[in-house]
Amino acid sequence: MAVPRIKLDRKEAKKGELVEVKALVSHVMESGQRKDSAGKTIPRKILNKFTCTVNGKAVFSADFEPAVAANPYIQFKFKAQESGKVELTWTDDDGSKIVGEETITVT
Amino acid sequence: MFSRRDFLQLAAATAAVLPQTSVRAFAQQRLTQADLLKFNALGNVTLMHIADVHGTLTPVYFREPSVNLGVGDVKGLPPHINGKTFLTRYGIPEKSAAAYALTFEDFEALAKTYGRIGGLDRAAAVLKAVRSERGEDKVLFLDGGDTWQGSLGANRSKGQDMVDCFKLLKPDAMTGHWEFTYGEKRVKEIIDGLGFPFLALNIRDTEWQEPVFEAFKLFDKGGVKVAVLGQAFPYTPVANPRWLMPKWSFGIREDEVRATVDKARKAGAQLVVLLSHNGFDVDRKLAARVAGIDVILTSHTHDALPEAVKVGKTLLIASGSQGKFISRLDLDVRDGAVKDFRYKLIPLFADVIQPDPEMKAAIEKARAPYATELARVVGRTDSLLYRRGNFNGTFDDLICSALIKERDAEIALSPGFRWGASVLPNSAITVEDIHSATAITYPNAYRMTMSGERLKEILEDVADNLFNPDPYYQQGGDMVRCGGLGYTIDIAKPQGQRISGMTFLKTGKAIEPKRDYTVAGWASVNEGTEGPPIWDVVERYIAREKVVMVAPNTSVKIVGA
Amino acid sequence: MTLIFNRRQVLAYSAAAAAVLSGTIKPAAAANDSAELIKKFTGGKTPQQGRVKLDLPEIAENGNTVPMTVVVESPMTEQSYVSDVMVVADGNPNGGVVTFHFSPASGVAEANTRIRLATSQDIIAVAKMNDGSFFMASKPVKVTIGGCGG
Repeated sequence: MAVPRIKLDRKEAKKGELVEVKALVSHVMESGQRKDSAGKTIPRKILNKFTCTVNGKAVFSADFEPAVAANPYIQFKFKAQESGKVELTWTDDDGSKIVGEETITVT
Repeated sequence: MFSRRDFLQLAAATAAVLPQTSVRAFAQQRLTQADLLKFNALGNVTLMHIADVHGTLTPVYFREPSVNLGVGDVKGLPPHINGKTFLTRYGIPEKSAAAYALTFEDFEALAKTYGRIGGLDRAAAVLKAVRSERGEDKVLFLDGGDTWQGSLGANRSKGQDMVDCFKLLKPDAMTGHWEFTYGEKRVKEIIDGLGFPFLALNIRDTEWQEPVFEAFKLFDKGGVKVAVLGQAFPYTPVANPRWLMPKWSFGIREDEVRATVDKARKAGAQLVVLLSHNGFDVDRKLAARVAGIDVILTSHTHDALPEAVKVGKTLLIASGSQGKFISRLDLDVRDGAVKDFRYKLIPLFADVIQPDPEMKAAIEKARAPYATELARVVGRTDSLLYRRGNFNGTFDDLICSALIKERDAEIALSPGFRWGASVLPNSAITVEDIHSATAITYPNAYRMTMSGERLKEILEDVADNLFNPDPYYQQGGDMVRCGGLGYTIDIAKPQGQRISGMTFLKTGKAIEPKRDYTVAGWASVNEGTEGPPIWDVVERYIAREKVVMVAPNTSVKIVGA
Repeated sequence: MTLIFNRRQVLAYSAAAAAVLSGTIKPAAAANDSAELIKKFTGGKTPQQGRVKLDLPEIAENGNTVPMTVVVESPMTEQSYVSDVMVVADGNPNGGVVTFHFSPASGVAEANTRIRLATSQDIIAVAKMNDGSFFMASKPVKVTIGGCGG
């Protein structure tokens, strides 16, 4: 299972401040539109869903289509409300999940 | 208009053209260093600017373009004027020194009269004179980039000869484009030892999209806080091989320019200067859309304009290429605004300006390892060899002929670069001349087959990079040069509809979309392109021909201009 | 402008569009399902221009991975916020690219990802506000065979 790489622009934030999250994960993002050398369509296999929660509460999510590049990169912000766990989850077409986490301290 | 009056003085000094033998001596006698440097100083800050030197250490002949078309809103506007139109627009007399430096009119005859232009030792002399007259505390010297590439010596030393010589000019900052074709590692290595900042606000790493270079730098000059922002060529990984800079992402990044201007103003900048490698039309559009830039020092498109172009409150300066010119812009900055300015584009007539001895020695030292090779005569030319122009140049036609003959091809394709010195008729072609037109880090001359359809796609693609009506979608080079292939181009049409009447010149028949043609070319951006370096191909051809004569190219027909 | 008929690049682009490209770059044609996707997203409403900012390079360096940022102007309060932003590309084999979901907890409606563009085309972002209104922006991106300037 791929280990996502996550960067928060700050580990500590004042309540109400914006925190920027950048995340990268290794994945082929096979579009389902390519053919192999024998002319057979290579089946689609992508990460189709991304979510970010802070202490279990959703702050941002995204639905990916095959047009999202391989090794998907995602960057977004959330408003710091409380200290706790920032959890990032990617869901594969096959139902498996890639999960990564960071912590944020809100003062 | 100071520059016009100034050029008139320059012109008056040399207007009379005498019979051949005495002309040169007369011209030199009448044109003085004092005339060239004469400047009625103004205000509290002086910006000196040079750009697109392309590895040129010594004086050269360089013919300005006879075709330089603008499309859309900029049609017919400077810099998209040339020849007599240019002379009339700027009030420059025909056959004057200024006419020779700035246009192609009477180039061959005037080259004999006025001689070579440029050389870093002449630039150094002018810089020293200005710094001493103005006081170093008032002068900023800025290099717009495309400095480290373009000659045999630059290529062999991976830019080191240019870096060493430019150091003596003491630039305050630079930005770049061809610099990046030495690869990320080499660029970083040079920058680490540069001693002045390499600025590029528009480069981000491809992984985390974070800045790679300093965006701007604040200077204190003449009591004024000056911010210099650097903008590298936005399409470096598109126009040049991306594999040489795989971790860096460029782009115009207009929002980033805006944000950096704001940051600089917040940091106390009273004068904001954009040291740009965008190309003139991109900068003109940018100036109209981003507030707060006082001066854009333009480059990339190699335009030499004797007056500043004003867009709103922004002054655009175009300082030419190949080391022919250096710009001086005096500014009166008070209360955080430019109250007045005075500008002069100084042509570095080599026979008129006394070379700076320190730089002269440095140039000799830099050239010493290759001196014999550079001077080696390969053949002769009966006709003028030049490159600059939207569609073709005789030097490119020569390269195409060499590709067809030496690589046994039906069609040749040669890139529309804007650099490369000219070679006068009835003179020797040296190794130095060949490399001046070909010295790049990805020189292999490929040979492959392409269908007629594919050739059309290429022409359409490149044409859009030149003639897209929105400058942000242009790349700033010229049209790909074709050997053995003629076509008609309607520059006013959209992409996919500009090229028609493609003709296979060998048979005079129309290019067949489905037929495969053998094509030779060079400067492919593909990693691992195979073939001999282009300079060897050209040298072999010239050596075999002994004397070359390149007739004017009539195989490209232009409509919609 | 160097000529670059970068065959490998062209093949790579077709990772997203093998069927459409068949080895060559064709001018953009709005022949995919992007219009239907927008219609479905807005429930047939016509989005207004404005409030949405779509930041993409004018010319892509690499059609396989083109950075894209969407920002929507909004106070992002419980009373007034952006709930979803759908991005489509009108020249890819399929129009869908990505849909971002925001809430007042996002603080700002801003997201960036990297996308595949098979050819030169328009990218369109449509934002859905919590009051049921829609805003949009579009930007053309050129995917060039390559060329050489300077």
